[in-house]
Amino acid sequence: MSSKVERIILAGFGGQGILFLGKVLAETGMHAGKHVSWIPSYGPEMRGGTANCSVILSENEIASPMVTVPDTVIAMNRPSVAKFNLKIKAGGMLMYNSSLIERQEFRDDIRLVEIPASEIAEELGNPRVANLVMAGAYSKFSKLITFEDLVAALPGLMPGSKKEMLEINLAAFKKGFDFVEEKKYMFGRYVYSVFKGI
Amino acid sequence: MAEKVLMKGNEAIGEAAVLAGCRYYFGYPITPQSELPAYLSKRLPEVDGVFVQAESEVAAINMVYGAGSAGARVMTSSSSPGISLKQEGISYIAGAEIPCMLVNVVRGGPGLGNIAPAQSDYWQATRGGGHGDYRTLVLAPNSVQEMADMTVAGFEFADRFRNPVLLLSDGVLGQMMEPVTLPDPVDYDVNSKKWALGYNGKEKSERNLCSSIFLDVDELEEHNWHLYQKYQVMTDLFSTGEYKDFAVEEHLCDDAEIILVGYGIISRILKTVVEKCRKRGIKAGLVRPKVLWPYPAQVFERLAKTANQFLVVEMSCGQMVEDVKLSVNGKKPVYFFGRTGGTIPSDFEILNEVDKLVRPD
Amino acid sequence: MKKIFSRPESMSKKPFHYCPGCDHGVVHRLIAEVIDELEIKNRTIGVAPVGCSVFAYDYFDVDFNQAPHGRAPAVATGIKRVRPDSIVFTYQGDGDLAAIGTAEIIHAANRGENITAVFINNAIYGMTGGQMAPTSLIGMKTQTSPYGRDAATAGHPIHMSEMIATLESPVYVTRVTVNNPANLMKTKKALLNAFTLQKEGKGFSFVEVVSTCPTNWGKKPTDAHKWLTENMLPVFKLGTFKDTQGVEKS
Repeated sequence: MSSKVERIILAGFGGQGILFLGKVLAETGMHAGKHVSWIPSYGPEMRGGTANCSVILSENEIASPMVTVPDTVIAMNRPSVAKFNLKIKAGGMLMYNSSLIERQEFRDDIRLVEIPASEIAEELGNPRVANLVMAGAYSKFSKLITFEDLVAALPGLMPGSKKEMLEINLAAFKKGFDFVEEKKYMFGRYVYSVFKGI
Repeated sequence: MAEKVLMKGNEAIGEAAVLAGCRYYFGYPITPQSELPAYLSKRLPEVDGVFVQAESEVAAINMVYGAGSAGARVMTSSSSPGISLKQEGISYIAGAEIPCMLVNVVRGGPGLGNIAPAQSDYWQATRGGGHGDYRTLVLAPNSVQEMADMTVAGFEFADRFRNPVLLLSDGVLGQMMEPVTLPDPVDYDVNSKKWALGYNGKEKSERNLCSSIFLDVDELEEHNWHLYQKYQVMTDLFSTGEYKDFAVEEHLCDDAEIILVGYGIISRILKTVVEKCRKRGIKAGLVRPKVLWPYPAQVFERLAKTANQFLVVEMSCGQMVEDVKLSVNGKKPVYFFGRTGGTIPSDFEILNEVDKLVRPD
Repeated sequence: MKKIFSRPESMSKKPFHYCPGCDHGVVHRLIAEVIDELEIKNRTIGVAPVGCSVFAYDYFDVDFNQAPHGRAPAVATGIKRVRPDSIVFTYQGDGDLAAIGTAEIIHAANRGENITAVFINNAIYGMTGGQMAPTSLIGMKTQTSPYGRDAATAGHPIHMSEMIATLESPVYVTRVTVNNPANLMKTKKALLNAFTLQKEGKGFSFVEVVSTCPTNWGKKPTDAHKWLTENMLPVFKLGTFKDTQGVEKS
């Protein structure tokens, strides 16, 4: 991952908090003193069962906020993988919600990170925080935002929220981050095969 | 410096309007600008302002006409089909010389088109839009920060020139979020305009009239030349005068062989293209008009002497390209690349066009 | 000698351009008298329509806006919201208010804007040369209904007062005429009621004045009121359709 700029596409179905997840990353980047941009899906990208948004975190001023070749795709459901898998930059990363997407080999030139985000969220008692599990996991890989940045940015993202709500969100960040630390993710080259089931 | 906040473009316009002293908003719902009225319907009551959801765009623009006539800083916003409906009122407002702020978050057309971002209202915006011999000042931001800054500037320009000012945005700029440093609040006094209806500082014998009717042919001719002179003053200020730096952004143009031209969100993509060109050894530069009327023709006149060719990129079938051609005036070839219907051209396809032009084999 | 009749202070000295027998001048004067009596001249703002009374602003010595066709209630809304202490009235004809501006008048009334709308209903477009209006009578011959208005293709005369009275927000809706001295005094009283209600911040008031257009009706000025009485009043019945504050009882 480049240390200067990180281009991320986040995708899932409506209700998974995709746009908010993007906002979490952008707000965190802003708090960490980076240049950031966030745009919801537009044009032909709006077709076909996914809600998605693009986020750029950058050391330098952002020229185009459009993400045509993402460094990372965070996919929360199957159609998102189908839609964005092939767009990921060689050497980039596909981070996916393995609770809803079964383990397959997608491409052999990208890093694959599987996080059972929905299950982790269920364990925490709120399936709606699966998106934030992914945010925690992402901070493990990012060179521009840290786990501490995420934690610091959270209150600003949820003004007026109850303490319990903040706590469960923080727990989601932590679980996501720790899951990666436990190295339960795949990394490296895999036998290339067609992603089945889509 | 104030703290940065992450805001959507449409919301940034709303907050900036409030900070600029605007306390009156009249609008009608249409996608993709709905965040703006939603924001102001919440925000204006907090500052004793007025938000009215009108029965139509036609009514909304006429409420703007009334509120502007009464001396207020007032705004309306819409998206392409709604702006078409507002043109009648805009023509009256321009004729009666009432300051106001208009926002068009442009979507795909013609007709109902779609709700995806587009730049196909350039002609409508820069040629007046409604009937008669008039102009609106047209500002074209390319970031959320500029959405805020140009809103504040727009209110100032509107008052200074007693003219409607149009902020020409698009669905991407309206919906995207970026960090914004909000401007300082302005204390605006509704009794600061001596010509306004209900102005409280009048002599007893005086009365004020806001009207665009001049039934006598000599009177209308005189009025139209008066408007024309005002537009000339504006043109001078934005080309060579006080606002010349406000009107246009140039990037790496001095040694450029090919000049890319685009406004709004396209200019951001073109900046990426220029960076990629430079890495490949192609001497590319960018001209971004920030004011679309009066058009910064002088920049093109100058660059036509040093550059070999121009490539205009728009989210339309080619509208601003006509102004570039008029400004370059045949001295160098002007090419066009566009996507329309809601598709935003990618940096790669534009780069491909540049390649074709600089390496024609 | 005591002066008992003079130009109201709120009227300008400009002579009317209206045709002989037209009621515009009479209604203008009544409005000006009301403005004088309520002592609101320095805070009254009028909104002129498109139509014969497009130049209404020439005859009143108060601030004025000249609105696009039919949009006067929207313009008045904007003015009143900025200057709630002012007294804002629109003055509109039947083409302006009952055709192109139907949406604007209905919604200004429905929002209960604290303004007064004066509606001059003479069943015809005057300024454009006598075309059929939404209030033209069945069988009435005009430039654009040369065979007479046919309900089958052009519908029936629209009753604005009755329509507006069905809304909850308006406080005062009345139809009057100036065809004789007694009715003229009633019209004056209706205008006084409407402007007083606005002054007191009560809400939207609507005064429809059934009026003449001898020129486009093809009548002699002296016959116009007779024609109005015989033909229009049976269709447009005089009366008050809404009076939530009971101003007519007091």
